[in-house]
Amino acid sequence: MVSMSHKPHCPMSPTDVVDAYFLENRAKVLDLAAFLDRLERSGGDGSDFRIACLREAIAILTDGDGDRARRIQLLLSDPSSEPIAAAPMQGAFGAPNPDLAP
Amino acid sequence: MKYIDPHIHMVSRTTDDYRRMAQAGCVAITEPAFWAGFDRCSVDGFRDYYRQLTDTEPKRAAQYGIQHHCWLCINPKEAEDTGFAKEVMSIIPDFLDRPNVLGIGEIGLNKNSKNELAVLEAHLELASQRNQLVLVHTPHLEDKHKGTRLILDAVNNAGLNPDRVLIDHVEEHTVGLVLDRGFWAGMTLYPDTKCTPQRAVDILEQWGTDRIWMNSAGDWGDSDPLAVPKARMEMKRRRHSTDMIEKVTFANPVSFLGRSPNFRVEA
Repeated sequence: MVSMSHKPHCPMSPTDVVDAYFLENRAKVLDLAAFLDRLERSGGDGSDFRIACLREAIAILTDGDGDRARRIQLLLSDPSSEPIAAAPMQGAFGAPNPDLAP
Repeated sequence: MKYIDPHIHMVSRTTDDYRRMAQAGCVAITEPAFWAGFDRCSVDGFRDYYRQLTDTEPKRAAQYGIQHHCWLCINPKEAEDTGFAKEVMSIIPDFLDRPNVLGIGEIGLNKNSKNELAVLEAHLELASQRNQLVLVHTPHLEDKHKGTRLILDAVNNAGLNPDRVLIDHVEEHTVGLVLDRGFWAGMTLYPDTKCTPQRAVDILEQWGTDRIWMNSAGDWGDSDPLAVPKARMEMKRRRHSTDMIEKVTFANPVSFLGRSPNFRVEA
């Protein structure tokens, strides 16, 4: 989803974008890989709802459909629409917690 | 090039942050009332906080040539107790005529509860009665998309002009909801939980530069009071025009904030 009145545009060439941002994103994907390895070493089986969402998000990265950031944001969002009865906490998890679903 | 940081919590920052911001070109800030990291237990605690926002901080900022403005409210994290929230809200009118107050904020939702929504609606009613600008906090992380939709409906139901309401902390999945309904949008440059400078500039490239600004929301947490000039550097790195950089980081804040007669900045 992008603005209907604004044509999306980045002034850099594709090569410039790769030259400017490849190394930082190389580091980020290695961080993600190391995090999943760390979780495995700790005995984690990936059943945590946050990790399940993360694995779905990783699949979006490579599905070729574009609009990746917005689609991952929606994946990590509470899909309900009504106010909840009372706030159970002040913080947030980063992914919808099925135990708190209305 | 001068810039405005339209959302930063300077009560939580040290004086050398003011110095570094001024050195980076900051000429004005606006400071919404927010959660102090703990729940306050008395109305007088908020009265002292509002005195700090309307008296102490403007003097501290002025030492570095920065014009300080603020917004008043009880924030959504302390809004679950509606009785206490109403008591706090009863003292807000005592401060609305102070010379650096721009409006009501940062109101909004945190966990999208019924009580938070009731307190949000009470704030919107106050803003409507006193013809105040409104700055709205949208929830964190998984609660943001739902909360943004609830907030936009509440503002519309209150009959406020969306051109006098800024919806803050937009990200990729909420910016379109906000702009398409005629509101102003704020992007917050904050580690881990909000936008990086790179993603904020990506959003500008997709949505354009009308009715949108960037802020640091610098506070007591892991945050960066120089986030706005860093985002300007990111725009420059991508070869965006000086006019575009100036529009997003100075002209747009002036345009929205200038709807309040209390907003002042050197032209």
